[in-house]
Amino acid sequence: MHVIALVKHVPDIQSARSFTASGLLARGGPDDTLNELDEDCLEAALRIVEAVPSTVADEDDDGSRADPGAAHPVGHRVDHRVTALTVGPPAAVGALRRALAMGATSAVHVCDEAIAGSDAIATARVIAAAVEHLHAEHPVDVVIAGMAALDGLTSLVPSAVSALLDWPQLTLADRVSVTSQAGRTTVRARRVTAHHVEELQAPAPVVVSVTDATFRPRSPDMRGLLAARRKPVTVLDLAALGLEPASVGRAGSATRVLEATPRPERSDAVRLTGGPGLAPELAAELAGHLAQRGFC
Amino acid sequence: MAAAPAVVVLIDHRDPRWLRSASALLAAAHRLARDHGWDVHTAWVGHDHGHGHDHGPGGELGAAVQHVVDVEGADPHLASTVSAALEAVVAALDATGPARLVLLPSTFEGREVAARLAAATGAGVVVGASSVTVEEDDDGGSGHVVAQKSVLAGSWHTRCAVTSELAIVALDTGAAGSADGASLPQDTPSAAVAPVVHHHRAPRPAGAAVEVLSRSPRPAGDRPALAEADVVVVGGRGTGGDFSGVEDLADALGGAVGATRVATDEGWAPRALQVGQTGVTISPRLYVGAGVSGAVHHRGGMAASGTVVAINTDPDAPIFEHADIAVVADATTLLPALAEEVRARRSRETG
Repeated sequence: MHVIALVKHVPDIQSARSFTASGLLARGGPDDTLNELDEDCLEAALRIVEAVPSTVADEDDDGSRADPGAAHPVGHRVDHRVTALTVGPPAAVGALRRALAMGATSAVHVCDEAIAGSDAIATARVIAAAVEHLHAEHPVDVVIAGMAALDGLTSLVPSAVSALLDWPQLTLADRVSVTSQAGRTTVRARRVTAHHVEELQAPAPVVVSVTDATFRPRSPDMRGLLAARRKPVTVLDLAALGLEPASVGRAGSATRVLEATPRPERSDAVRLTGGPGLAPELAAELAGHLAQRGFC
Repeated sequence: MAAAPAVVVLIDHRDPRWLRSASALLAAAHRLARDHGWDVHTAWVGHDHGHGHDHGPGGELGAAVQHVVDVEGADPHLASTVSAALEAVVAALDATGPARLVLLPSTFEGREVAARLAAATGAGVVVGASSVTVEEDDDGGSGHVVAQKSVLAGSWHTRCAVTSELAIVALDTGAAGSADGASLPQDTPSAAVAPVVHHHRAPRPAGAAVEVLSRSPRPAGDRPALAEADVVVVGGRGTGGDFSGVEDLADALGGAVGATRVATDEGWAPRALQVGQTGVTISPRLYVGAGVSGAVHHRGGMAASGTVVAINTDPDAPIFEHADIAVVADATTLLPALAEEVRARRSRETG
């Protein structure tokens, strides 16, 4: 079983995030971190390989979880692996180290100056090429991603990677299970959309994305943090993937940020303060403001 | 004679209340038609509801042409199916038009379709856009599509150009973005005039490989849909789990109920009502946050709202920095009184 977990190094959402003069998100700050939603992706990836080879029914929300201190942690099994994959500048290795600490077996960092400025679809192109490269080495069963990266928040990459690889997509899943029988691997997912709950199934290899609703990511312990330092990180450039520089980066992106401006501070806010027993008076005052604006 | 450039609006049949989101998209499309002479086309994934041939969403949408696409044998809800349908429409239009823009709702489901269509066509894609325009080129070319959007949890605004001939823009369909006239134009072709063009297309192999074992609707409730509601009242930690005041005020204002991540994690409200970066993105004309602190996760889902009212006992709650009306008070006692006051004012208006 080979699961590739897509992870991204992003500016800390609690930090003062900004754009550069050329309209790109400022990256590389000291607070950059693993995209929080990729922890759910890693958790789901680890659970998939931990469940092999037993046949898995629906996992419970509080599904059982291997003891990370067990004698044979999943990351050290020979045949079952989680490869953490990221595309980004040199500092993005930070996301991979975190993924390795959580339990990923190995990590791959696609890093090339020509990639800077790639939009979501150009990034998906790099990821798809990297997945194909890794698929040739160790056949891939599942590519798994979080539901969004908290910087761009586009949620475009999983579906774009699925379309580029022409592998089935099982996205926005809050449960995932994988079964292998007679050499055929089948992936099943419960997908929760705004209006429906679906049970979907497709033959591997597939592209999965998971929500942040149910996986409850594990925290790396000291053993995991120490082990992460010894795990391999393979760095690949565009040439290794057979990609032309012009197919990625700004040249390979069909969108361009023309202008990025910080939102002006609100200076005209109305401030009302109540107190115990003053609800009716305060409600009347607030309703007055709402009426002025045409809401009641 | 070559036809006018086309803007294709996806009518997303997967939303049981698709007319509401379609209206916002069509309003944007009709503005482009008015300002640039483009033709408005609609695309609908045909599927057999058990009533025989699918004639599409109907003619009251003001489109020049309605495209109904049957992706043969494919489940009509899968992103791969909807994307294949749009590919068929774009390919057909390119023989005459060409297609310049595909508009879809910026839901998670809509974004999936946008991503697949972009990967398949090479078109540039912008999601989470609040509005879309066409800017003329200096060299007298055919112009390019520019989308405006709020990013980084509402702290920045960007203008993003699409450089490919075909642009894909996923628009937020909230009421605040449509303030400049979301209603459909009155002088558009009537139902009887807009011709329906049927297309047939084979699904892509990867799409056909997905088996749908089951599908069940999530309960929608009686209130307006969150994403398109004029008014949304959101309950957070400060409600202490009592959503009766939130619901009461929402009903008094004719609005929808939303919840923060904390409130859904606690089970105070269903997860379908979660507003935020990983939940529903809303942009109502009026947002009321009751006991909402305004964590960045939440702001990312409501930053494009019109008037923001925040009620919180903590005078330093971050949401107050984003509020038009900041009320330092206990939401649990204020909301019932406010609902009563709103009802009284409304009955005076009508009485």
